[in-house]
Amino acid sequence: MTDPAATTAVRVFHDERAAVLATLIRYVGDFQVAEDAVQEAFEAALATWRRDGIPKNPGAWITVTARRRAIDRLRRDRSVADRAERLAALLRLDEQEHPPMREASAIADDRLRLIFTCCHPALDLAARVALTLRTLGGLTTGEIARAFLVAEPTMGKRIVRAKRKIAHAHIPYRVPAPEDLPDRVRGVLRVVYLIFNEGYSASEGDRLVRSDLCSEAIRLGRLAAELMPDDGEAWGLVALMLLHDARHAARVDERGTYVALQEQDRSLWDRDRIGEGLRALRRAVRLGRPGPYQLQATITALHIEGSDGDATDWARIAELYGALGRLTPSPVVELNRAAAIGFAHGAEAGLTLLDPLLHDPALERYQPLHATHAELLSRAHDLPSAVRAYERAIALSTNAVERAELERRLRTLTG
Amino acid sequence: MPDYMLLLYAPESEDRWADMPLWQEVTESLREAGLLVANGPLHPVDSATTVRVRDGETELTDGPFAVTKEILAGYYVLNCADLDEALHHAARMPTARHGSVEVRPIVDPREIPAGD
Repeated sequence: MTDPAATTAVRVFHDERAAVLATLIRYVGDFQVAEDAVQEAFEAALATWRRDGIPKNPGAWITVTARRRAIDRLRRDRSVADRAERLAALLRLDEQEHPPMREASAIADDRLRLIFTCCHPALDLAARVALTLRTLGGLTTGEIARAFLVAEPTMGKRIVRAKRKIAHAHIPYRVPAPEDLPDRVRGVLRVVYLIFNEGYSASEGDRLVRSDLCSEAIRLGRLAAELMPDDGEAWGLVALMLLHDARHAARVDERGTYVALQEQDRSLWDRDRIGEGLRALRRAVRLGRPGPYQLQATITALHIEGSDGDATDWARIAELYGALGRLTPSPVVELNRAAAIGFAHGAEAGLTLLDPLLHDPALERYQPLHATHAELLSRAHDLPSAVRAYERAIALSTNAVERAELERRLRTLTG
Repeated sequence: MPDYMLLLYAPESEDRWADMPLWQEVTESLREAGLLVANGPLHPVDSATTVRVRDGETELTDGPFAVTKEILAGYYVLNCADLDEALHHAARMPTARHGSVEVRPIVDPREIPAGD
């Protein structure tokens, strides 16, 4: 049985809830009051729309209803102790009773404020992630808890604590000052990428919710890029996420075995996503300030192109890892650079770069280092050392899919 | 505008008067901006007494609440527009460079329940 009222409510919830909430928070000055009012508006919508039919502009209906509910709450709520603040909030809300046509830019500003507040660095990183998914993504506390493999009451407490800190510490509801902006934008993108990675790299947990995290991160990334169209890294991140997500279905075969890029069934790749990812990447490149996300997206794009039959441009990939390492030095980047150099200019050149990493005690138990070491040794025809390196990598592997792939490679050496 | 307490934590061995010109500059600029409510350095931690009342009995402990390498060395109370402004000034404290500065919002007296 179809329920047009419910279908419409779900659509408005998905498309407009964050915008309605963002504006209401600015008027009310309190996350919790605004969120409760929006929630009540959606509950009221279902009953009213089923009875009286769906209004011409359901989004506007939700906005008006949520505002009235917020006014009711503020009148009742004695916990908002500052009378002057409460009256000011009521005044702001009353003035909006017959709102003039709202400029699209004003709506965008409110959503930006909401993003920056949810990702404020004074909040614990885990709380930033949870709050962003809750307020901007509209996920329930239960869904977020399942996605992060945390008990629901724990996640609930984390979100409540974050909202309380926003209120008590007066974390501002605005776009940061220009001198803080670059850092704060990086912080927002970091939260979005963390959400994506949580969904992408997971090998356990509720798979359905996990892939929702990827979609949600891409949606948030697109929103950030649209709101800050001159930020090359925002577009770079969108490109990076789309190019990874496009190949999601092909990463693991029907038996759950990991499939290397070269052997993936390319008919499973999402061509639209790849196209959108490449467009976002071109947009980032045009802005002329390559940052870490843009560089990683370019590397991913080269991998995708290389699998189209042409040989992968490993020399270019090695250069890009070099540039990435200068911006964000890390042993992981250096490892990838060594591998790319090894594929481009011969295994010996790669092994030379790998040598200092193999002597770093901090990396002793880092599985990808030993897997790469094994791969380069086998290309250098040093079979006994390659076998030892594979065995080491297999022993360190915690992921069954990954281990199966390493064992397969080892068998081709010894078989 | 809410009040914020900036708690300055530094290693006790530190020569606390070393940055005097810097301290005077920060304090003066906060006073001129009208943000400064109160400030002051604290005597060394061996002068601290911690008070706890348990089951009606007052227990005194000779020393600070928690002994760590960094101790509460001083404080500022600033009246700021929001947390961002308070964090901005916290980062200007010389202590922020070698110790740490904890920023705590002070409860608005109007938000304290009357107790009736």
